[in-house]
Amino acid sequence: MANPNGIGAPVRRREDQRFLTGRGSYTDDFKRPNMTHAVHVRSPYAHALVKGIDAAEALAAPGVVAVLTGADMEADKVGSLPCGWQIHSKDGSPMKEPGHFPLARGRVRYVGDAVAVVIAETREQARDAAELVVVEYEELPAVASSTRAVEGAAALVHDDAPGNVCYDWHLGDKAAVDAAFAQAAHVARIDLVNNRLVPNAMEPRAALGEYDAATGDYTLTTTSQNPHVIRLLMGAFVLGIPEHKLRVVAPDVGGGFGSKIFHYGEEAVVTWAARRIGRPVKWTADRSESFLTDAHGRDHVSHAEMAMDKDGHFLGLRVSTLANLGAYLSTFAPSIPTYLYATLLAGQYKTPAIYAEVKAVFTNTAPVDAYRGAGRPEACYLIERLVDVAAGVAGLDRTEIRRRNFVPAEAMPYQTPVALQYDTGDFAKNLEIALPLVDYDGFQARKAASRAKGKLRGIGFATYIEACGIAPSNVAGALGARAGLYECAEVRFHPTGSVTVFTGSHSHGQGHETTFAQLVAERFGIPIENVEIVHGDTAKIPFGMGTYGSRSLAVGGSALVKAMDKVERKARKIAAHMLEAAESDIEVKDGRFTVAGTDKGLGIGDIALQAYVPHNFPLDELEPGLDEQAFYDPKNFTYPNGCHVCEVEIDPETGVTEVVAFAAVDDFGRVINPLIVEGQVHGGLVQGIGQALFENCVYDESGQLLTGSYMDYCMPRADDVPSFTVRYHEDQPCTHNPLGVKGCGEAGTIGASAAVMNAVVDALAAYGVTHMDMPATPEKVWRVIQAATPAMAAE
Amino acid sequence: MPSTVTMTVNGKTVTREVEERTLLVTFLRETLGLTGTHVGCDTSQCGACVVHVDGRSVKSCTALALQADGAAVTTIEGLAAADGTLHPMQAAFREHHGLQCGFCTPGMVMSAVDLVRDNPSPTEQEIREGLEGNICRCTGYHNIVKAVMAGAEAMAGTESAKVAAE
Repeated sequence: MANPNGIGAPVRRREDQRFLTGRGSYTDDFKRPNMTHAVHVRSPYAHALVKGIDAAEALAAPGVVAVLTGADMEADKVGSLPCGWQIHSKDGSPMKEPGHFPLARGRVRYVGDAVAVVIAETREQARDAAELVVVEYEELPAVASSTRAVEGAAALVHDDAPGNVCYDWHLGDKAAVDAAFAQAAHVARIDLVNNRLVPNAMEPRAALGEYDAATGDYTLTTTSQNPHVIRLLMGAFVLGIPEHKLRVVAPDVGGGFGSKIFHYGEEAVVTWAARRIGRPVKWTADRSESFLTDAHGRDHVSHAEMAMDKDGHFLGLRVSTLANLGAYLSTFAPSIPTYLYATLLAGQYKTPAIYAEVKAVFTNTAPVDAYRGAGRPEACYLIERLVDVAAGVAGLDRTEIRRRNFVPAEAMPYQTPVALQYDTGDFAKNLEIALPLVDYDGFQARKAASRAKGKLRGIGFATYIEACGIAPSNVAGALGARAGLYECAEVRFHPTGSVTVFTGSHSHGQGHETTFAQLVAERFGIPIENVEIVHGDTAKIPFGMGTYGSRSLAVGGSALVKAMDKVERKARKIAAHMLEAAESDIEVKDGRFTVAGTDKGLGIGDIALQAYVPHNFPLDELEPGLDEQAFYDPKNFTYPNGCHVCEVEIDPETGVTEVVAFAAVDDFGRVINPLIVEGQVHGGLVQGIGQALFENCVYDESGQLLTGSYMDYCMPRADDVPSFTVRYHEDQPCTHNPLGVKGCGEAGTIGASAAVMNAVVDALAAYGVTHMDMPATPEKVWRVIQAATPAMAAE
Repeated sequence: MPSTVTMTVNGKTVTREVEERTLLVTFLRETLGLTGTHVGCDTSQCGACVVHVDGRSVKSCTALALQADGAAVTTIEGLAAADGTLHPMQAAFREHHGLQCGFCTPGMVMSAVDLVRDNPSPTEQEIREGLEGNICRCTGYHNIVKAVMAGAEAMAGTESAKVAAE
């Protein structure tokens, strides 16, 4: 490798120094002169009319500066939080899109819905005073689950959404699927729930609003994955502030997993209030508030059927899903159970006909939106559980039914019946690499050994494919996106040869300051120390769509390559001028520009200096400076794919499931930094295992959140999970972006839940279990075992 | 009712007036500006706030500042050597990619140092059990365990070097 810190090198992360020494700068760490603190007054009811708000006592409390309500916002003409994606129902009608105000106006629709904000000199004073705000509520009937929401007698969350339906959508060829089922030899069926989750980035959300009366400029510092998107949504739709007067900064952000993509009401509240009171206003969620108000994930109830011929070849797939969107539409909520879910229902299989129906409903619960994987884990879980059931119905080994139905590598590019065109992938190869990693051949012996000591052992497989690198703007636009989905990068060479890169991608754990710098070091043959990556500030970066959907490298990295191409073109012109050669005679390698066939050449550093000291430039042909910007809009989605295998051991006496082995084989295309990629996989796997075994967000029937803290919501901890065997191969690079990369951020989460549950069901097969909904808690597993063995239960 | 509290923080003696209900973490972050110690929950579960009080790891969200009166407190800012050389545990986290977003990291590192002081050569299982009071959402713990294993070895090397020098 030419550059020790170039592409493919496991470069140790450059951002770690500050994080390891306590010098990261997260939003709550910022202090401003004269800063105030905000605490929200939130509804304790899932559904109620707000009849009155009496803030007199709170206003008289020590340190209180202001108590503001939805009426104050309305008087200031503050708008509704916008939704970024529009779905149309089967009948062509647009989705229902009710108002969603930062502070409620007359009616609250979930526990945690903000009613007022108390602003005081200290956080403690604001918190004390918030308890003194008297809100008169008239409680209304509430509905918390999607299945209840569609019952005729259910309470209405929004008066203008009859039946609580936001949209009733479909995708695929229903007639073709009906025909496939008519000729099926076997049919596999499954009913399953994809349980609701709370994303739980470790840094709670926070926002700091500032207003400069001298210039009329606003600054919002916020825990965001995409500051430019927040600037656009909040500026244009909520507060009416033009972009040039609004700066949004997303500094160090402590994890996102999707939950920090969206524009939340608190961001608008602190920005608006800062002007109103003439002082900076900071709000930081406590964890209880995060549980109540961060957008949740998943929450699907589905029925699925697979038609097969007599040999277990898939003929048709029929899926019907009920998706819970919560009380209001979060920023990208409508796209998750539709275009990020149903389009992935082909999975890795050549199922010729697929038809999916998705009904999305409002409930009196927190909004639901993208959480790591966002629709794709739901698709993978459904397909892979169904394929295991299908193997049983067709009498085939679970690996064999997958092999029999994989889209073969030679069929690429492959057009699925649900709108996507996969560019590359060798699914059978992933499986063949994975099996020896877990010693599949030795499984029966291990199972017998477990049985000998009174334990149950199971093995489970999941293959996954995801659509990442979101997305070609024209495709997204045709499907209802109200935004473009390109990325922007600027590469600025300085006179002494160092480089600053400005990227619209945002790092909140992914390590862009290292990976992106590797790309620049490799391309120009310069030390990585000479490259600075700047992200997360709308005042510095030309534009950006941010980080989600495993898009940073595939889209943001491609924009960086495009900007480097432009730099190189300019540098070539300068070199030709300086070396008195024709531009076409200049050869470029590792940042060195030479005249073909001679030993005359210049380094990029010399060229950068000349670019800024252009004493003899022919100025009508050659501009000074070496600073180029590019926007990259992808040609297609990227398709990371892989095979996960999980082995579990269950103690029938306690119901405890232990993951004893887990192997993940992934195809991410080309890998820039293997250390970072493997870290992304590990983290993703534990989020998937968490869903399968531990995590579950539960509301009771009245809409109270029962799992509102780490005491009740079971986060995976170090002693709950094993170490992992992770492999990747690079021989199926993406064909349509310049780096050949596919993305790795979500893969672990997408495959893991299905692999774990397939292993759990396999372990419990002797008890007649063919399916279990997540999470497979000890209690649930124990009850299943007891129900199947009444003699043991009686003992 | 304000009270006076005096403690040594990262080797420096500080005396401040605090409200009696002030948590140790609030004192460190807000009063002293040591924002490396983080708050990730409100139920003493996540461990992002772990600091050392008289050499033992403590969840600083669960202690009052007044309870640390007269104590020696070390935060993540005070772990590296005065010349900036990382503590072996910090260096091991970097080497083994034991952190991603960095938010749980200060608490995780402080807990790991205390764990290794108690048990200088922990097994993987002992590390996993020893860190169950620290939640990380990014890493899946795999590389944290590797880092603590390596950090323990490096700390043992540092200790034996000290002994040899004496």
